[in-house]
Amino acid sequence: MKFAVIEFPGSNCDHDAYHATKHVLGQEAEFIWHKDTDLAGADVVILPGGFSYGDYLRTGAIARFSPVMTRVREFADAGGPVIGICNGFQVLLEAGLLEGALLRNRRLKFLCQHVHVRVEQTDTPFTCGGAEGQVLKLPIAHGEGNYHAGPETIAALEANRQVIFRYCSPDGVTTEAANPNGSHASIAGVCNAGRNVVGLMPHPERACESALGSVDGLVVLESVVSALAAKGAA
Amino acid sequence: MKTRVFVTLKPSVFDPQGKTIVDALGSMGYAGVRDVRQGKYFELDVDAGTADEARSLVSEVADKLLANPVIESYRVEVDGEGNDV
Repeated sequence: MKFAVIEFPGSNCDHDAYHATKHVLGQEAEFIWHKDTDLAGADVVILPGGFSYGDYLRTGAIARFSPVMTRVREFADAGGPVIGICNGFQVLLEAGLLEGALLRNRRLKFLCQHVHVRVEQTDTPFTCGGAEGQVLKLPIAHGEGNYHAGPETIAALEANRQVIFRYCSPDGVTTEAANPNGSHASIAGVCNAGRNVVGLMPHPERACESALGSVDGLVVLESVVSALAAKGAA
Repeated sequence: MKTRVFVTLKPSVFDPQGKTIVDALGSMGYAGVRDVRQGKYFELDVDAGTADEARSLVSEVADKLLANPVIESYRVEVDGEGNDV
């Protein structure tokens, strides 16, 4: 099974994603430059974290117009699993592949710390190996992670069970204190209506080896491996 | 033709930067400044025959790139126009 890791100018978690999928999971992985116009036959697309285009204008606002995003959109429309992590989530939101927007953190500070998130739904390719209510310890590193959407969008996301991760306390309770950036309803990650596109602010790819303080990110990445294996793509 | 685009967060969206600025002004003694909303300002020099043409082009650019309609709204000014919204 092959992971495509998209590289925009300014991506800086591309190597983390490559390492986690290639060396930890033992899968094929390939970097795809943002100007490329094919995904090299990949089965999964990762939009990694970083500061694409220096976060100029708005986070992810310029990257969404990169040539490769046309292919990513086609891949997603065809049901292919796509995950956007941190800046990758911001790009998916700007591209309209996911709904909502990410504002500056409530207290403006760039946050670089471990947080806990609760798995809300397990019927996505990136959470199918987890359990509903399972708490994952994952790192965050962002200045714009404050999830926002209009009331109708929020109501639709909740009704369609598209909120996939919420910030929570270590024992799985959503509280204001456990919500690091002021996200609406403690939302840390959402999916699209087709459930194959997932975006989240925390970094599962940086939590796949015990030396890094947590292996809970494996739940996310191993999920997609088993989801595709079940479909026979491996 | 010279045009200007002002992008601001929608009134319903919390602006932590504006809040920080108004708090700082308060501590500087400017208690009379009740609220601050921070935004972005763009100057676009465009090829257009008429002000209407310029407005239409710049509005398209603002819709597609300069503003994110989920959280922001914008206002366009064109040289030689009445400069209403």
